[in-house]
Amino acid sequence: MRRKGSPFTGVGVVLAKEAADYLSGTRMWVLEALVFLTAIGAAYAAILSIRASVGESPFLFLRLLTMAQDPLPSFIALLGFLIPLVAIAIGFDAINGEFNRRTLSRVLAQPIYRDALLLGKFLGALVALVVGLFSLWLLTVGLGLLLLGLPPNTEEMVRMVGFLVATIAYGGVWLAVAFLFSVIFRAPATAALTALGVWLLFSLFWSVVTPIVTTLISGPPEGILGPNVDYLLTSHVVDRISPNTLYAEIALALLQPSTRALGPVFYSQVQGALLGAPLPATQSFILVWPQITGLIAAMVAIFAIAYVVFQRQEIRA
Amino acid sequence: MPGDVVIRAEGLTKRYGTTVAVDHIDLDVQAGEIVGILGPNGSGKTTTILMLLGLTEPTEGRAEVAGFDPLQEPLEVKRRVGYLPDSVGFYDGLSARDNLAYTGRLAGLSRREIDQRFAEALLRVGLPDVGRDRVGTFSRGMRQRLGLAEVLMKRPSIAILDEPTATLDPHSTQEFLGMIRGLKADGTAVLLSSHHLDQVQSVCDRVALFNRGRIALSGSVTDLARRVLGGGYVIDVEARGAAVLDRLAAVSGVVRVQPLSLEQFRVDCEGDLRAEITRQLAPTSDVLGIRFAEPSLNEVYTRFFNEVHDAA
Repeated sequence: MRRKGSPFTGVGVVLAKEAADYLSGTRMWVLEALVFLTAIGAAYAAILSIRASVGESPFLFLRLLTMAQDPLPSFIALLGFLIPLVAIAIGFDAINGEFNRRTLSRVLAQPIYRDALLLGKFLGALVALVVGLFSLWLLTVGLGLLLLGLPPNTEEMVRMVGFLVATIAYGGVWLAVAFLFSVIFRAPATAALTALGVWLLFSLFWSVVTPIVTTLISGPPEGILGPNVDYLLTSHVVDRISPNTLYAEIALALLQPSTRALGPVFYSQVQGALLGAPLPATQSFILVWPQITGLIAAMVAIFAIAYVVFQRQEIRA
Repeated sequence: MPGDVVIRAEGLTKRYGTTVAVDHIDLDVQAGEIVGILGPNGSGKTTTILMLLGLTEPTEGRAEVAGFDPLQEPLEVKRRVGYLPDSVGFYDGLSARDNLAYTGRLAGLSRREIDQRFAEALLRVGLPDVGRDRVGTFSRGMRQRLGLAEVLMKRPSIAILDEPTATLDPHSTQEFLGMIRGLKADGTAVLLSSHHLDQVQSVCDRVALFNRGRIALSGSVTDLARRVLGGGYVIDVEARGAAVLDRLAAVSGVVRVQPLSLEQFRVDCEGDLRAEITRQLAPTSDVLGIRFAEPSLNEVYTRFFNEVHDAA
């Protein structure tokens, strides 16, 4: 049976309220303080070491983001680690919180569909995340301008904007994961712990899981005639199930212009290439296009699962 | 228009797996009347309400609310219906005004309408000065009133109130029932659920008694009393003297005499026997009072289900 009326009625209202709640809430302040302090610290440390080695690379600004200076990891490594944490912290009680506060039935008694509530809440949280990431990005660029004393060139800007978009998509994936668990589990603590478990799996243990799974599928890494190419290829596929891998590959290709390939490279492929020479930005984008679409697709797919589960739930607590 | 049917349910049924929560319910509510759906917890009242609002899909049967099918056009239904859920919740961190402004905007009200109606609604529910206070500081009674204010703000043609008095003290309950009468005075049809039969019987034009997912009985309270308690004339007698009970039972036309206390008796009779009773008692005792008893819904309910139970 078809229902009448747009499922998007009220999305704007929910979005505005949720974004306002997040942006004015204490939780967001704490999370942003955490991310800002560590990320700015990493960028600053990178700047100090860049100053000592000016002229080694034509892409000084990008090195601001990729250079690791002991004891701090690089800016992108920190983001890859912290963004899922922030996204989970924002989203883990999104829907079950409404249940527990008993506001859900009151809100759904207004002329909106559930679709609008879920989508509005997700977009609201995404807006909050984007505002945070965008200001962090601006701050880093500003810091670079001030301390390095030279502006980024067009190519660097294009690459950095692409990196920002990828970062938002990456955050969106983890936000969708947090929303999924907030729909499935009625207790926010359970939802948070499960989401954190998934995050730990992908950020810490995936590098352990990958070789085991790959060996099961394609045999040992070394064959009789040298390296097992099958193993290498499968290992990449398994590795790329993790959004963290996709994000790391995007960051690598966009922010280190000399990156020419993300998989195994055969001798025939490097014939005539100037090793170490940077690729133009368009080529770097083409290189990671599958990864970027993969991240966005993962976000949409996980959100869709959450959506279906939510539609099937009973409203009464 | 009075007389127009604003809520109609036909054979409405909800099953969860093998358990039947609501079993073929037929219900009519006319414009401007207050109908109570009464019954113990878990008898299917809330599920019925959720089906009427289109928040739960009925397994069988159909409903029509304000002229729309809640399954097909829930938005049209929800535009016209104000709903106060049982144990209503708010966003504790937001002020009363922000909470109601949010649902007001969802309901499609403009900013001006919200401001104007909010002040008016708060005044009507007796919370005039708390608009800027955080709801986190509110007592349960205040939250319940705020929930009703939200219904009032919507200016609905139908108000559905689920257990509105369940968490209130007796005094607030009376005040709250007064506000519900106010809704009726506005011309709003009210569907009210409760498990406190006696509390709400005073406001309901008609009641439907729920038991295990079915409507066991429906009609006006006096109507039900006549049907279940028999005779239909219940007289309370207060008298002091010897053997009052026996003398009352001896009056012809008396069906049953029930002592309520040492000097108070409840007499079920076949007609208006007040004069006969007074005459019968007068020689030996002092009649302190005699009047028709308000039929109690509780009594109807208990009696009816005991009979059903005995028959089964």
